[in-house]
Amino acid sequence: MNQFKNFTKGLIKENPVFVLLLGMCPVLGVTSSAINGMGMGLATAFVLVMSNMAIALIKNVIPDKVRIPAFVVVIASFVTVVEMVMEGFLPDLYNQLGLFIPLIVVNCLILGRAEAFASKNNVISSFFDGLGMGLGFTLGLVVLGATREILGAGTIFNVPFVGEDANTLLLFVLPPGAFIALGYLIAGINQLKKVNN
Amino acid sequence: MATKESSFLNMAITLLVITVLSGITLAYVNQLTLEPKELSKRAKKMDALSEVLPTFDNSPLEDMYKLAIGDTQDSLEFFPAYFQDELVGIAVTSFSTAGYSGDVRLMIGFFPDGTIHKISVLEQKETPGLGTKMTEPKFLHQFYGKNPESYTLNVKKNGGDVDAITAATISSVAFCDAVHLAYNVFINNPDAVTGATEKK
Repeated sequence: MNQFKNFTKGLIKENPVFVLLLGMCPVLGVTSSAINGMGMGLATAFVLVMSNMAIALIKNVIPDKVRIPAFVVVIASFVTVVEMVMEGFLPDLYNQLGLFIPLIVVNCLILGRAEAFASKNNVISSFFDGLGMGLGFTLGLVVLGATREILGAGTIFNVPFVGEDANTLLLFVLPPGAFIALGYLIAGINQLKKVNN
Repeated sequence: MATKESSFLNMAITLLVITVLSGITLAYVNQLTLEPKELSKRAKKMDALSEVLPTFDNSPLEDMYKLAIGDTQDSLEFFPAYFQDELVGIAVTSFSTAGYSGDVRLMIGFFPDGTIHKISVLEQKETPGLGTKMTEPKFLHQFYGKNPESYTLNVKKNGGDVDAITAATISSVAFCDAVHLAYNVFINNPDAVTGATEKK
């Protein structure tokens, strides 16, 4: 599989949010606004790329039976680094994302790609796989976040486009609205896929 | 996948090496980020102080002192502001644990007589579009220039004078509680606040 295909598959065809349905916890939890979705997505993408490359590098020296604990330690280390750097240099975003940053460790997307791809491919391929999946994840988060923000708060990237006292569909910035919005988006995308085929 | 045999020794050594390397890396990055973390916390406080206090020429951050909350072990931070050796205001950092989704932390700028000058929200995790509206001028400005002696710090629904945020009563009440706490500590320590503190 050439590297371009490796990269682009994560963006649309095997998009983690709308097709693979991996990492649903942060997907639903942090997408109350587009900017939060973007911040979370980029943090996850960074961890995914780094852990994919690290695991592809060390895959031959890890005994098969301890591969999962080994992967988790590697992933957790990268997440902790991201958390510390965010707290020091991006404190506002850090406060907004709160508990979800450490939860990146258990995002099945990362362990999933480590197990399904990085442990069986070379570093370059793993890099592009991680990058594509990470950006696809970010894309999914931003789309869902923007949808929820537009419908529920009347703003986009914190820029309001309705009047101050306008009634918005508040449900969409609350947890039930996350499920509803995601469900409709997935249904819509499946419909588009059907039409294209 | 792996070409290494899964013997007990191999497994133990591999995990040991990985965890030791991870520990070293994390300790290193922790060291690197300790100062930026401190700096950004200070910067945030400085910004809030400049926002809620009238013009001053001292360093409220350095003149900070703490006053206990009643008889408890907890205390609030008081930042006095002087202009030409005269006390012009005191900023108090206060909080409420009764927010809808967590703590609400505020910095309230008082005039020496207890009237509220301005308020800045330091930290809140309330629902976007609802409780987060507490950071907007529409909600905040109703407190400015009011003295809690005659202005009841609770939402109108509960008999107070404050207009709550629509559909965010809990967040609004938590905000009022935090301001009320600051005012209580302020008013119960008149010497510490206005008289006894000499400018160094």
